[in-house]
Amino acid sequence: MFDSLSDKLQRVFKNLRGEGKLTAENMDAALKEIRVALLEADVHFKVAKAFMEGVRAKAMGQEVLTSFSPAQQVVKIVKDELITLLGTHAARLRTANQPPTVMMIVGLQGSGKTTSTAKLARHLSKSGHRPMMVSVDVYRPAARHQLSVLAKDLSLPVHEGTPEEKTPLELARGARRDAEQTGRDLVLVDTAGRLHIDEQLMTELQELKANLNPTEILFVADAMTGQDAVKSAEEFHKRLGITGVILTKMDGDARGGAALSIRHITGQPLKFIGTGEKADALEAFHPDRVASRILGMGDVLSFIEKVEQAVDQKQAEVMQRKMLEDEFTLEDFRDQLKQLRKLGSLESLLGMMPQIGPLKELKSAKVDEKELTRVVAIIDSMTPKERDNHMLINGSRRRRIARGSGTSVQDVNNLLKQYGQARKMMKSMSGGLLGKKMGKMKLPFPNPFGG
Amino acid sequence: MPSLLDRLKQGIQKTRTGLVTKVEDVLLGKKEIDADLLEELEYTLIGADVGVRTANDILESIRQRVERHLVNDPAELRQLIREHLLGVLEACERPLAVAKDPPTVIMMVGVNGSGKTTTTGKLAARFKADGKSVLLCAADTFRAAAIEQLEVWGQRTSTDTIRQAQGADPSAVIFDALQSSRARKVDVLLVDTAGRLHTKSNLMSELEKMRRTAARVVPGAPHEVWLVLDATTGQNGLEQARKFTESAGVTGLILTKLDGTAKGGIVVAISRELNLPIRYIGVGEQADDLLPFEPDKFISSLFET
Repeated sequence: MFDSLSDKLQRVFKNLRGEGKLTAENMDAALKEIRVALLEADVHFKVAKAFMEGVRAKAMGQEVLTSFSPAQQVVKIVKDELITLLGTHAARLRTANQPPTVMMIVGLQGSGKTTSTAKLARHLSKSGHRPMMVSVDVYRPAARHQLSVLAKDLSLPVHEGTPEEKTPLELARGARRDAEQTGRDLVLVDTAGRLHIDEQLMTELQELKANLNPTEILFVADAMTGQDAVKSAEEFHKRLGITGVILTKMDGDARGGAALSIRHITGQPLKFIGTGEKADALEAFHPDRVASRILGMGDVLSFIEKVEQAVDQKQAEVMQRKMLEDEFTLEDFRDQLKQLRKLGSLESLLGMMPQIGPLKELKSAKVDEKELTRVVAIIDSMTPKERDNHMLINGSRRRRIARGSGTSVQDVNNLLKQYGQARKMMKSMSGGLLGKKMGKMKLPFPNPFGG
Repeated sequence: MPSLLDRLKQGIQKTRTGLVTKVEDVLLGKKEIDADLLEELEYTLIGADVGVRTANDILESIRQRVERHLVNDPAELRQLIREHLLGVLEACERPLAVAKDPPTVIMMVGVNGSGKTTTTGKLAARFKADGKSVLLCAADTFRAAAIEQLEVWGQRTSTDTIRQAQGADPSAVIFDALQSSRARKVDVLLVDTAGRLHTKSNLMSELEKMRRTAARVVPGAPHEVWLVLDATTGQNGLEQARKFTESAGVTGLILTKLDGTAKGGIVVAISRELNLPIRYIGVGEQADDLLPFEPDKFISSLFET
């Protein structure tokens, strides 16, 4: 849909290698791209501006850690900052000391209040509560019927209302009475969708709040919302003091920048995300996942972190030097492969890779885990001399190695060919972007499964 | 019934800080065109959900004229932006497709909660007011109470609704509705479909199937497929338009919920890329809160104070 941020940053940082510290100048281009990424994700422009200033101040003068390229470092700062802003822990729902607890579900038309109400009721009943639902949407045709149908599917009670209960407040009060009498500890009040500038309907919500004394007023927001998210959330919060946000339709491909805008403007936690039309498609909000999504960079950082953990720092440095100086032996090749195994299954690793530039082809790379074992066995069957200098390996040595490793001469030939290609690749890379970049990332392997 | 322009103004009254008005604000008190002004303009456009790329494209064309000293006065800039937006939107205009032999079949598509059912109801009222006979088709068999919701609109507008039970195959409902439309010789069949995210490929192919079914009964149907787009939608709207155009063959847009503070600027990006006309705008929950989208009047009324 959009160029991923990683794509862009890679372009930006072509000209930014070997810088020791982050400065206003060397960060400028990167920050500009991040700003565009935020705006394309629908983060409100003022929020994006404030956010970028925060990042700039934080990043300025920081040493570029040896383990990251400046690009990755900036992205890491940005992501950390995003996570902090989005809230660092999953927020819980408060209940009243004196049951029944009342929770109100509010929001604009079509944001997903009724569906979310049913999902929430299911979630609460799974965690030991006995919720009752009531729709006080007396405006939209069949809105109350919609909640009843959903409730029936969940086998959860709905207060259908009596003929005397005509107003939203009467309905909600009726539901609370109903809950008290039937031993329900929670009442979820599904309110009508309304515009934040609709004076009459906003007053109606304020009245509901004043009379029902809810412990939670959850603002339901569509993940696809654009710049207007700030205005609606601000007004709802001003009028009602919302206590949390449910971000819906996250199963689409919207980047969900509205989450950041709403959080920034209201200061209230994002509590749940809606990820489908079924009743169980409600998940706790994970700031880190949404942060990655807003930035559009996959799980590039968790990948980097994983590599960092698995790779011996010093060894990696030696390896990097060797790669660049063309002293990369078969023994090194084997060590790399062994380290690679430590990271876990290759498939899962590839899944975490950003689909950036030269790594794009990796997506389609088919990895045979057994192949790696075979390659290691072949190298193990070589003499140290052979590993040091692969030119020594003639026909009879190949036959011996094949026998020793339980493979065929063809397999040995293949390996030597791959190794030759890897060396060639490294040589050509050592001058270019990828060499330095990969060096900084300490990717422990050149391309063991290439060819 | 108040005049069209009055109603349009009313709808937009609430959006006093509308797109172009804000551009005017930006220009107020500015004597010359400088980088700050252009940046403010960029933010104004972005704030209206036009999108950072589209905003930059528009400003880039203006920046060039400024640099060549073809524009000196900030007031001229206003006119330029206005003309540019008008140009983009007017280029997409085209007459409604009407079936040679009735019924003309119009299908409503869109993501969940964009306002398809409400819009279908309003459209029924509008076509009826134009003297057309209308039939409604409740092809949203998925969402709880969607059928009932459309039936209420049917009663409000004295229009019959063809329906089956919830969970029925929407293509089967369309088949029924088309047969009925032909038998009853109605002018317009309005098909309300279930909201679906454009990322769900199975649901998108369901739309393709519905189209195929319609075409089998009435050649050329559906004659129009309208993407109902919530004006609060941000940049994802463009991808929605792309995907629905791919699967459902969208021929036009309806921009809903314009009575709020959202500007719906993403339609500029959509028009630019997909050349889709905007047919109507939704400005409220009443049956007559649906107005034809007329770029000129629309932008003019935004300019009026």
